[in-house]
Amino acid sequence: MTHFSGFSLLKNALSGHKNWPEQWPDKQPKGEYDVIIVGAGGHGLGAAYYLAKEHGITNVAVIEKGWLGGGNTGRNTTIIRSNYLYDESAKLYDHALDLWENLSTELNYNVMYSKRGVMMLAHNVHDVQSFQRHIHANRLNGVDNQWLTPKQAKEFCPPLNISPDARYPVMGAALQKRAGTARHDAVAWGYARAAAKRGVDIIQNCPVIAIRRGADGSVEGVDTAKGFIKAKKVAVSAAGHTSVVMDSAGVRMPLESYPLQALVSEPIKPVFPCVVMSNTVHAYISQSDKGELVIGSGTDQYTSYSQRGGLPLIEHTVAAICEVFPIFNRMRMLRKWGGIVDVTPDRSAILGKTPVKGLYVNCGWGTGGFKATPGAAHTLAWTVAKDEPHPINAPFTLERFTTGRLIDEAAAAAVAH
Amino acid sequence: MLLIHCPYCDDTLPELEFAYAGEAHIARPADPSKLSDEEWRDFLFIRTNVKGVHAERWRHIHGCGRFFNALRDTVSDRFLTTYKAGEARPDVQTLEAAE
Ligand SMILES: Cc1cc2nc3c(=O)[nH]c(=O)nc-3n(C[C@H](O)[C@H](O)[C@H](O)COP(=O)(O)OP(=O)(O)OC[C@H]3O[C@@H](n4cnc5c(N)ncnc54)[C@H](O)[C@@H]3O)c2cc1C
Ligand SMILES: [Zn+2]
Repeated sequence: MTHFSGFSLLKNALSGHKNWPEQWPDKQPKGEYDVIIVGAGGHGLGAAYYLAKEHGITNVAVIEKGWLGGGNTGRNTTIIRSNYLYDESAKLYDHALDLWENLSTELNYNVMYSKRGVMMLAHNVHDVQSFQRHIHANRLNGVDNQWLTPKQAKEFCPPLNISPDARYPVMGAALQKRAGTARHDAVAWGYARAAAKRGVDIIQNCPVIAIRRGADGSVEGVDTAKGFIKAKKVAVSAAGHTSVVMDSAGVRMPLESYPLQALVSEPIKPVFPCVVMSNTVHAYISQSDKGELVIGSGTDQYTSYSQRGGLPLIEHTVAAICEVFPIFNRMRMLRKWGGIVDVTPDRSAILGKTPVKGLYVNCGWGTGGFKATPGAAHTLAWTVAKDEPHPINAPFTLERFTTGRLIDEAAAAAVAH
Repeated sequence: MLLIHCPYCDDTLPELEFAYAGEAHIARPADPSKLSDEEWRDFLFIRTNVKGVHAERWRHIHGCGRFFNALRDTVSDRFLTTYKAGEARPDVQTLEAAE
């Protein structure tokens, strides 16, 4: 595998970029691994990378039913932030943010992490109070987050309509300056390449059909489209399909899977300097480096695995965008798509051990797990390697739904992304 | 957009008239104080989240306002049938045979 550098770029430029070697081999499964990870999204690939790099466990396979990064990792609107309300969440997302800062160097792959700032709009008195509460809680946790008046919000994001008679009046905003976006595909590719370099097998087009358990109940391996593969440790990181995979091991999950949609516009010159989220009207927008406006909506109301979602939601989102940013009224949209997101009752992730020996799970990231990718992957690898919780993921257990010790970001209204 | 048949209005109408209301046939425990923590977890939080035929509640909020149940395939989003609250879950095989 070539190391990317100014020199290698120049060298390959001279030969017309025709001699770049493949970035990772497409592997066929071996008979047995120390660890199998189900799902080659950013979370699963990242966990494989940290298992190899930080714990010396390299006999690892990441098994993917489609192509790597083809799940929510490659379908999301790439908003990265850490200003969640509860201490547990703040620690987890801020841990991820710390890792994002150096990820490109660490992976020798440009993930285009851009700290352009994420601004969340307050449209009513409830929003104002709730955001200010978040800001205070965040500051106590050392998490960057600040309050902007409508005028300051407009200075930060000139296309914003702050006229007081707007349909969705802007009463202020919460700004996390350290937040931003990253290139979603590059995150999957970067982790895949760095993991493969350390000996991890990435096996694509190979659905895991069932998790097999032995007589004593512990994990024995997985049945796949390419046959049975042995492993004493299996980590499920299958996002919207987690319930289905866990069901095969006899573990029922507190999850529901919903479609979440996004769309992009035709590319235009840079007009939009930051990310703006409006949880109240469910409209999320930024501009990609290619120039497209990237727009996200809320989930559809019904559970589904159709990876599609309904048009009424897109209509609602686009209407909201046009109200808040009237300059985009006449933009044309190029394409829309959906992903299936796994939602927990308290809107916090589940990350850790399960009642089954050798079975680990990382799921429930719902509409907002891209931002957590490095943090989730890093602490999942720790838990799998040591068979114990990492101090940061320890509160995010499956048991909390039995004990009632929820991490209720749902009630905290820090919804989505 | 989904087209949904309200069994009370006996009319097939656009999704926008309806609100989804979660998995159907989850009965509130008859004697709540007798439940263990695990049983509460199952009642409150565990859902089948099935990839296939799902029994679910809908409410005709912009019409008659009533709750009813539906069988929908969560892979194709196609409705197999809708039925009144209180009725038993129809058998999928019989439904398909009738088509
Ligand atoms: C439209 C949309 C917008 C979003 N916007 C944001 C955002 O702005 N910010 C943010 O932080 N988050 C956002 N999210 C959420 C975010 O995308 C996810 O939380 C995150 O990417 C999950 O990563 P993952 O690696 O766990 O899942 P995925 O990337 O979905 O990976 C799971 C993988 O498991 C595979 N798999 C499933 N079943 C099996 C099986 N049986 N066998 C083998 N493989 C299997 C799937 O094919 C998939 O590739 C958004 C999601 C969507 C859909
Ligand atoms: Zn009706």
